[in-house]
Amino acid sequence: MSDQYNTMKHVIAALVHNEAGVLARVAGMFAARGFNIDSLVVGRTEDPKLSRMTIVVSGDMAALDQVRKQLAKVVEVVKVVDYVGTDYVERDLMLVRIATPPETRREVIEVADLFRARVVDVGHQELTIEMSGTEEKIEAFIDLIQPYGIVELARTGVIAMARSEKAPGKTPRRRATSAANIPSGASEDNGIDPTQLPPG
Amino acid sequence: MSTAKTNTGIDTTHPAATTDKYHGMNGAQVFHELMVEHNVEAMFGYPGGAILPVFDAIHETKQFKFILTRHEQGAGHMAEGYARVTGKPGVVLVTSGPGATNTVTPLQDANMDGTPLIVFCGQVATGAIGSDAFQEADVTGITRACTKWNVLVKNVHELPQRINEAFHIATTGRPGPVVVDLPKDVTGAMRINRPVCAAPQLPGYHIRELGTSDQLARAAEMINNARRPIIYAGQGVVLSHASELMREMAISGNIPVTTTLQGLGSFDESHPLSLHMLGMHGAAYANWAMQEADCIIAIGARFDDRITGNLATFGRSARKASAEGRGGIIHFDISPEQIGKNVPTDLGIEGDARKNLELLLPMIKHVERNEWIEQLAEWKRKYPFAFRPDDRPGHMKPQQVVQELYNQTQGEAVIGTGVGQHQMWAAQFYNFKNPQQWFTSGGLGTMGYGVPAAIGAKLGMMIEAEKHGKQDRIVVDIDGDGSFCMTAMEMVTAAQYGIPAKIMLLNNDFQGMVKQWQDLFYEERYSHTEMHNPDFVKLAEAMNCKGIRCTSTADLKEKMAEFIACDQPIVGEFVVEKHEHVWPMVPAGASLDDMKLGVVGELAEERG
Repeated sequence: MSDQYNTMKHVIAALVHNEAGVLARVAGMFAARGFNIDSLVVGRTEDPKLSRMTIVVSGDMAALDQVRKQLAKVVEVVKVVDYVGTDYVERDLMLVRIATPPETRREVIEVADLFRARVVDVGHQELTIEMSGTEEKIEAFIDLIQPYGIVELARTGVIAMARSEKAPGKTPRRRATSAANIPSGASEDNGIDPTQLPPG
Repeated sequence: MSTAKTNTGIDTTHPAATTDKYHGMNGAQVFHELMVEHNVEAMFGYPGGAILPVFDAIHETKQFKFILTRHEQGAGHMAEGYARVTGKPGVVLVTSGPGATNTVTPLQDANMDGTPLIVFCGQVATGAIGSDAFQEADVTGITRACTKWNVLVKNVHELPQRINEAFHIATTGRPGPVVVDLPKDVTGAMRINRPVCAAPQLPGYHIRELGTSDQLARAAEMINNARRPIIYAGQGVVLSHASELMREMAISGNIPVTTTLQGLGSFDESHPLSLHMLGMHGAAYANWAMQEADCIIAIGARFDDRITGNLATFGRSARKASAEGRGGIIHFDISPEQIGKNVPTDLGIEGDARKNLELLLPMIKHVERNEWIEQLAEWKRKYPFAFRPDDRPGHMKPQQVVQELYNQTQGEAVIGTGVGQHQMWAAQFYNFKNPQQWFTSGGLGTMGYGVPAAIGAKLGMMIEAEKHGKQDRIVVDIDGDGSFCMTAMEMVTAAQYGIPAKIMLLNNDFQGMVKQWQDLFYEERYSHTEMHNPDFVKLAEAMNCKGIRCTSTADLKEKMAEFIACDQPIVGEFVVEKHEHVWPMVPAGASLDDMKLGVVGELAEERG
């Protein structure tokens, strides 16, 4: 089975109680279970009692099933939504400072215009550009401006929201994941014979 | 009036109902009032500066018996032992800082084994939090990873709600530990001066009680069609009081049952369908049966690595059957994250074991399965747990001591253990009949669990007998010298309160289980495993308990009778063979197929 099949990126949103310690509990759970987070964004929602965490995590289906279940187990987590396989909108926001001596400034602004990015600050040797979009779009922009010299770069990480229904009764279908029939990653071969290890 | 519907479906416009019941009380009085409401009958703990207001409020309470332990870890394990035999949550009250951090081991123990444990601890006053005040510790931070839930109560007005939430979370779903951190000003200075919400507000906490009817029908079909089914029962069966239903299902479907270490007692081991315990030191026939079964029915068990061995080969025949579309692994569990966590499951059914079995039972058909039943009976006859007795003084076999205890108590005692070889021999040679007859530290493997847990369990038996007319049983901690020495001082607590817990100490002057691994895998290099022990009889007597010693099989009967008859806390030291190993054994990480039989295999061959 190819890695391409096994590993996929999941965008998971969790609505959590807006209380002290909830971020630590969720982040601690990820660390304790050995899940790798690509990004984690926390912000306020329409309900002052709730915050929204948007988590991007990569792994095979069995691992991601565990991520969702372990997240749902946290008492302060009210609701978990996994966006993979559904129609959803995702946005990442980036601020990037680029080295731009006067002779290349024009070119960089041109590239930024093509990506609908905005110049938010200008210095005599630098430009600061703001852009938002999907992760892929932002990665493409970074690739294009890399040769000019990136001085500083900051990204917020992905936030996501499901698309609304386009016709009455036609809700975008949400994928139901389950652990059944998914090969587990347990038989990982790391060249160590576990029978040779001490008690544990 | 219109209600705003948010995407969570949570009603945020209607405030929760409030009550005026606690008006005028300070936090400590609210605490006592809530212990009355939850009918708490026993509490374990140790006072200190930050929790003094609460200790003052429970002074001379008639609601519960308070047990002053010698160490907060002891309080935690006593509460666990109490919870395991009574089915009620264990409650602990300790102070801030070191008082709270000393409960971390019991908290993680309860977290691993699904034991309902509620720890209330003091905290420095809210104004001093974060200032590195005397006996301050970030307890919610420290215990976040080892609790099901925890909370720092910063205002007395939220205290009733928080305490109710603590009890609710600890006792529902897969039970577990919770911590409620109580700053000194919240308990001592602040008074409730307005109506407060007391009901739990937990919109994110859902427990699913039942699987779907489709799932249950599919489970019945898989079980009825299976040629070689096996039930693999864990502590979930005990916790949900599903033992009786599981027994009916096993008999009606002619399905053999093996239990985990924590599931011991959920199925009567004298029944012909019993395959005893499975796993690393489980019965050979149970492990072989798991590998040969075409349908594994896991009920309230979590596929721990000590059960499965090498995951790649675990459940060999069931996986093959699954691939051929005729059998597989069915997993009943109350916590969805357990399903599919370690082993791919063909059918996961979320919910309470008892409620699901109630619906499943009528669909189970009686099937003869002669070949399967006969095969298992043959293995059982040939490869029982076994040892070679030794009558030389000082070489008494520990298994024989456990057998003698079993015989003289007719299998009716409530048994606990420490952690190590003695724990495995207790599991192998005491034949359990009833749920809640057994408490041990399984997941965390906490040495030192046995003594305090047995004291808590015995107190639980005494209270249940006195207040609820239940039968009082003797409680025996089968312990090892290493485990015993870790928490032995709690025998002083047993003596102070007249709790006649019995410690059956299998003394081999070694950390036996670690020595066994050093024998098998480290060429007998005993790196720091030899114990130079105190005189245990004198030690027991110094702690105001009775102490007796038995060094030879010649006195075993008589000494055991004396040990059992004693009506005060007692330490019975049984000096046993140093070089005995626990058999059979699945080496860590090996397949269940590669189990090493040791003396079990030798004796089978000799018998022919």
